[in-house]
Amino acid sequence: MTEQGVRWTAEQVLALAPDDASRKAGSRLGGAGPWSQIGGSASGSVWGLCKGSGSKPYRTVVDLAGPAYKCSCPSRKFPCKHALGLLLLWSAEGVGEPGEAPDWAAQWLADRAAKAARPAAGAGAPVDEEGARKRAERRAARVGAGVTELEQRLADLLRGGLAGQEQAGYAGWEETAARMVDAQAPGLAGRVRELGTIPSCGPGWPARMLEEAALLHLLDRAWLGVAGLPEQLAATVRSRVGLPASGEGEAVRDRWLVLAQYDSVSPDGRLTTRRIWLRGLQGGRPALVLDFGPPGRPPGLSLPVGLVLEAEVRFRPGSAGLRADLGERISAAVPCAGVPSGVSTGAALEAYGAALREDPWLESWPVVLGPVVPIPGELGWQLADAEGTGALPVPLTGSGSRSRSGLWQLAALSGGGPVTVFGECGHRGFTPLTAWQPDSPEPVALS
Amino acid sequence: MSKGDEGYGKWEELVGAALLGTDRRRGGGPAGSPEALLDAAAVHTVRRRAGLRPAAAGPRPEPAPRDPRPAPPEEARRRLSQLLAGRTGAGSGSGRRGAAPDLTELLPQWLAAAARHGYRAPAALVPALLDAARARTDLRPQALALAGTRGLWLARLNPDWRFALRGGAGGARELPDVTDPAGVERLWQEGLFAERVALLGAVRAHEAAAAPRLLATTWATERAEDRLMFLDSLRVGLSEGDEPFLEAALGDRSRNVRATAAELLSALPRSALAGRMAERALACVGPEGVTPPAECDAGMLRDGVVKRPPAGRGERAWWLGQIVEAAPLSCWPERFGGLGPAEIVALPVAEGEGWTEELHAAWCRAAVRQGDAPWSRALLGPPSASPAAGPGTASLAERAKLLETLPDAERAEWVAEFIRAHGLSEAFQLLGVCVVPWAGALGRAVVDALDMAREAGSYPWSFSGVMGLAERCLDPAEAGRLEALTAATEEPPDAAPGAAAYWAEAFQRLVATLRLRAAMLSELAPAA
Repeated sequence: MTEQGVRWTAEQVLALAPDDASRKAGSRLGGAGPWSQIGGSASGSVWGLCKGSGSKPYRTVVDLAGPAYKCSCPSRKFPCKHALGLLLLWSAEGVGEPGEAPDWAAQWLADRAAKAARPAAGAGAPVDEEGARKRAERRAARVGAGVTELEQRLADLLRGGLAGQEQAGYAGWEETAARMVDAQAPGLAGRVRELGTIPSCGPGWPARMLEEAALLHLLDRAWLGVAGLPEQLAATVRSRVGLPASGEGEAVRDRWLVLAQYDSVSPDGRLTTRRIWLRGLQGGRPALVLDFGPPGRPPGLSLPVGLVLEAEVRFRPGSAGLRADLGERISAAVPCAGVPSGVSTGAALEAYGAALREDPWLESWPVVLGPVVPIPGELGWQLADAEGTGALPVPLTGSGSRSRSGLWQLAALSGGGPVTVFGECGHRGFTPLTAWQPDSPEPVALS
Repeated sequence: MSKGDEGYGKWEELVGAALLGTDRRRGGGPAGSPEALLDAAAVHTVRRRAGLRPAAAGPRPEPAPRDPRPAPPEEARRRLSQLLAGRTGAGSGSGRRGAAPDLTELLPQWLAAAARHGYRAPAALVPALLDAARARTDLRPQALALAGTRGLWLARLNPDWRFALRGGAGGARELPDVTDPAGVERLWQEGLFAERVALLGAVRAHEAAAAPRLLATTWATERAEDRLMFLDSLRVGLSEGDEPFLEAALGDRSRNVRATAAELLSALPRSALAGRMAERALACVGPEGVTPPAECDAGMLRDGVVKRPPAGRGERAWWLGQIVEAAPLSCWPERFGGLGPAEIVALPVAEGEGWTEELHAAWCRAAVRQGDAPWSRALLGPPSASPAAGPGTASLAERAKLLETLPDAERAEWVAEFIRAHGLSEAFQLLGVCVVPWAGALGRAVVDALDMAREAGSYPWSFSGVMGLAERCLDPAEAGRLEALTAATEEPPDAAPGAAAYWAEAFQRLVATLRLRAAMLSELAPAA
């Protein structure tokens, strides 16, 4: 490879677009027309000048390793249409032999390189250990009070019986959730809110409510005895309750394949959560990277499905070792050349079951399933082993379910034949997120 | 997933206890205190989740038939996905401004070009394609053709896409070999309507006479609506072999079926019906003048003549029009002493009696129905002549239909000449029947006329219809030549304020759209 590594597909470039308008605007700039002085470096960056409506062309640089963008245009979208256009142009035609960046691009690239080389912020700062210990103690005391109160609330619930819950309404649980927020236990608050929605979720709700109440109770009890738990489980309990991760996690360097990326918006519409699923190609370890966006803004981190990036990933303690943060990136991201190998439905459930040993509160586990055949049905969809008789249901409603259009896309890809599917496998079933046709390495992100 | 562990029954008991509440449950039970109940439920829940097993698979869908056509190249796939995503956005509504190209109208062209290359739809885009076809009936035939067997396979599974199973060509199953009578018979008896239409087409293509035989086997039991559609499908590739079947259909129960059969027969100049109509027409029209029929007899009725005229039309004129329309045009030269169409049309037949207009209109409809270029040419007259003074009809819709019978090049040349003589305001419908992309001379005539409109100082939106048509139909190769027009020119002294800037923008959009179309078409070309 003489230039900036393997070029991405146009789909992968367009997956970076923050919204539909940018996608369209970027596409229009994806031809040679408005561009001049286009170039790229061997270390994985591309740049160019784009003619705009003004007299001065916009200066656009992209660091493919990030990917990170810089453009002199006034757009507040990120990446802007110029960065997208430049990447599309690069994806379609390349930008020629690697060369020296012009001054305006070189400065920014050098700054980025310097920042990456610097040790993580804060590492060198003096630590007020005594103060930190006191703060942690105070917080633990508040959480403890909240947990005790919640236990009381759950006991009251079971004493009076679930039967009245359908009429009782959501307000009581919302109030309890607010008390958990005050107790600085946001994890508990979230679970309490979830619990309050169950009675309105249709048939079978009493069993589901008992399950969730019981798991919440288990978490309360675990917190109250956290000092006696093994370190990994204690970390899981702390993170489930909602405390910030303490201590450094394990850093794993690998070539990470992006298996899925999708957003969900909080019920009040104020926060967009982006989930990015990675899998180490050498170590096989899954990782979940989260990023958040304030109202009306997409999260900043975007990794198109099917790309492979060589990077260091730092895993947070606890939570079955899934939550991770993206650390130093070693080289530019390139498209993956093959279809990841999949497992049977039985093996998928076993993997979820095994993960529950480390985190009993885990809703699902990331699994590449395949070869499987999607079976559409009026009452529910299934993914069935291509060889054998086992099948997993696909949840159509409730949290974690995906839109029907994504399922129809999956059916269209399969045509009744076997496909490989990545998704989240849990006690509610398997939620498909990405699919591969048997004859193509190109992943299709299910919308 | 099955719950499959030994405590299943116990779990049900726990749920029962939880529903009732521990306060109301005396005398032991699975768990006494609320805490004990929650403890037991927690153990149960985690154990159940950890021990989940796959469920039994339900019946699998029958695999979709293989589509042997190649998938389009990657760039073209991306373009299609963009065009499909953009279809719900702000469309080509009125008041569209700005220099950015309009993507919505490019979708039909993409589909048409893909069909020319013989591609199948990328599987991942088939659902979006079906949704588009559902929303826009004009896209349906091409979208369904592209979606092919995979699309019909999906449509069987999703009620939202049921429409795809009726109408449209192509079958959900692969068509049997037309030389295999058993296979043909089975699909004809059991197939979906779309499959049967496709089968009929394949059988006709193989052996013209076999299609009526196939139709006859089930004709008596078909619904009137289906009989009409089957008859209509004979329109393409109609031949004398179809005549006996059509003749029999003149006695059909349904009036629409009868009328369609008569119409098709009249398009076969040597059919018995055409002969009967010629006889009636020649009795009414000749060099000596026009004498419309005095009555509508049983024979006329059986041959599809409608007795009652619409409001405001005279009975005799109404019958005359229908007879002349259905009579073969080839019968006239002899009747008029060997004159050609142009001379016959120019004759002052029946002038003063007021039948001329009726007669010429009927000749126009006959020329369209019989696809007769010499008669169309005669009825259109020279393009430079004022439409009102033309020999045939002043109606632009009728003229557009006449134009369709002319060869492509002649048609484009005629419309170009018309635009040079009369400007753009009346040319819209005529442009609509010209072959895309427009021939060079036609394209230049349109652009010149637009440029003249700019110089005259009017606003571009007075021409938005033609402008939109130009974006869709101009040859993309013209983009370079148009570049000069995109510069804002000085306003003529009597121009509407700001018009020059709007024109510059309109031309910019035109050029941008042409460039996009050029890119789109080149993406679809298979890699060498």
